[in-house]
Amino acid sequence: MTSTTTTPVRARALRGTLRTIGRIAGTIWSNPRARIGVVLLALFIITATFAPWLAPYGASQDGFERSAGGSAAHWLGTTAAGEDVLSQIIWGARVSVFVGFAAGAIATVIAVLIGLSWGYSRGFGGDVVGFIVNLFLVIPGLPLMIVIASYLQNGGIVMIIAVIVVTGWAWGARVLRSQTQTLRSRDFVTAARFAGDSSFRIIFREILPNMTSLITGSFFGAATAAILAEAGLEFLGLGDPTTVSWGTMLFWAQNSNALLTGQWLLLFAPGLCIALLATSLTLINFGVDGISNPRLREGKGR
Amino acid sequence: MKYALRKLGMLLLTLWAAVTLNFFLPRLMPGSPADAAIAKLSQNGPVSAATRAAIEAQLGVPGGNLFEQYVHYLQQVVTLDFGVSFTFYPEKVSDLVLTALPYTVVLVGIVTILAFVIGTLIGVLAAWKRGTWLDTLPTLGGSFLSAFPYFWIALLLLFFAGYVGHLFPTSGASSPTAVPEFSFSFIADLIYHATLPALTILITSLGGWILGMRNAMINTLGDDYVTFAEANGLRGRTVAIKYAARNAILPNLTGFGLALGGVVGGSILVEQVYGYPGIGYLLYNAVVNQDYPLMQALFLMITVSVLIANFLVDILYGVLDPRTRR
Repeated sequence: MTSTTTTPVRARALRGTLRTIGRIAGTIWSNPRARIGVVLLALFIITATFAPWLAPYGASQDGFERSAGGSAAHWLGTTAAGEDVLSQIIWGARVSVFVGFAAGAIATVIAVLIGLSWGYSRGFGGDVVGFIVNLFLVIPGLPLMIVIASYLQNGGIVMIIAVIVVTGWAWGARVLRSQTQTLRSRDFVTAARFAGDSSFRIIFREILPNMTSLITGSFFGAATAAILAEAGLEFLGLGDPTTVSWGTMLFWAQNSNALLTGQWLLLFAPGLCIALLATSLTLINFGVDGISNPRLREGKGR
Repeated sequence: MKYALRKLGMLLLTLWAAVTLNFFLPRLMPGSPADAAIAKLSQNGPVSAATRAAIEAQLGVPGGNLFEQYVHYLQQVVTLDFGVSFTFYPEKVSDLVLTALPYTVVLVGIVTILAFVIGTLIGVLAAWKRGTWLDTLPTLGGSFLSAFPYFWIALLLLFFAGYVGHLFPTSGASSPTAVPEFSFSFIADLIYHATLPALTILITSLGGWILGMRNAMINTLGDDYVTFAEANGLRGRTVAIKYAARNAILPNLTGFGLALGGVVGGSILVEQVYGYPGIGYLLYNAVVNQDYPLMQALFLMITVSVLIANFLVDILYGVLDPRTRR
């Protein structure tokens, strides 16, 4: 009995979710800037996924001529340790894409959990949470990350993701909280409360679906910040320097005096990739902005 | 006045929380930062009992009395006595921090104000000329620039303007032969050395202000009173500046304090690349040498500075917008 009634309901909920995602994707795609972002991001994801087939050599395969310029065999030259720069760029995409999405997703989940319950609750508990969130917002993120990473010597990618999440969830939580506060007093929420729904159900089944675009936006924002933070930490040598990523490439480039030997490609390429990946996410957020704020939508003039 | 007092109370509470976080941070970490610090310090000679107690109060000992350490630590913070750095032995941590502080404060302070003014003006223009190239160029350029890693811009500028072009010095805050004095030639030398770091921070922080102001401005341009002002036949420029921009600048100013934290963070990377002897470069050296006492003191210093800057912006905000004073 129960299964026959719940299945159509679930199916309808699933169809509803799919329709929402489709509508979001459509609005993003209708924005020309966001379209460029989506294409760029897709290119990076493809590069990261198919790195073993795309890269001409292994990521740490050395033994080539050291500090060479660009040539037919090594398009972007070689590092001071005799590794192929192009191969490292292609393999390095994996770390940045993975850290960006993983840290961005975890930070967003925390932001949703804290932001929504904080925005929905009234009273002293909310004030305490508010104080903690504001504390994490004003404490400069990168110095905090540097200090934590310095205690956890050479912790690798998992450590970097953890450090980024610790410092990166507060912004999303604050944005989502203010939206929750405005939705809290809407009629449909009051109706659900009178119908006897639990706070948990109201927050996550009634309010949450109305904030999809804000959540999407804060995910892309958090992912952008994560990619830049990861590169910064690795550039300072605070990650695991044996991992091949764009940040460690720049770390080794600076430490092997690529500035003096004039290997500008070794400096230029990894940084450009970080910038392009981060830009692609920022561009997508232009489209997401249009969902939550129709005034920012393209097409119609002022 | 009540508004200012409330903000002051908030500042003191936040300061206390930041100081306490700084206390618990090394204690939550695996291993014993205090033991590592004492081991490093003993390489420079015997460690006195007083120094050991100071380091333990700062970094914690497993099994120690937490409350006693906390009281000792608060005393240290209030008297600015953070012990001796072992990277720059036997310099005192507080002296090192105070020597480095002016470089960063002047550099970051001037550049942030410049970036805010220039970025806001460009943002106003972009929103007003929406849909034209005056909008597309700054918004696309701005989002591209703000996605640039600080240290990458620093490396590129250093490489092309420093090593290849020989236009600017490649490291330091003044020439090795320069004598610190209040003279035109010395100040010119300082500015000459600060140009590339300043340019780097300006380029990477400009984009955020442009985009923030543009979006805030587009929102106010859609408001009824702007339409009404236009219907009254006011000149376009009057509507843009006197009606829309004046109201749009407030939300953009809220971001100021938060952006400052980002700029200070970015300046650490920039100072490291240029070997600029500010707080960031000192922090980098402390981290590389695992000089935990110096690192803790610097982190506290950075946090406190940002909190105070935020407080000042809050007060300014209250002056500019009477509604917040309620």
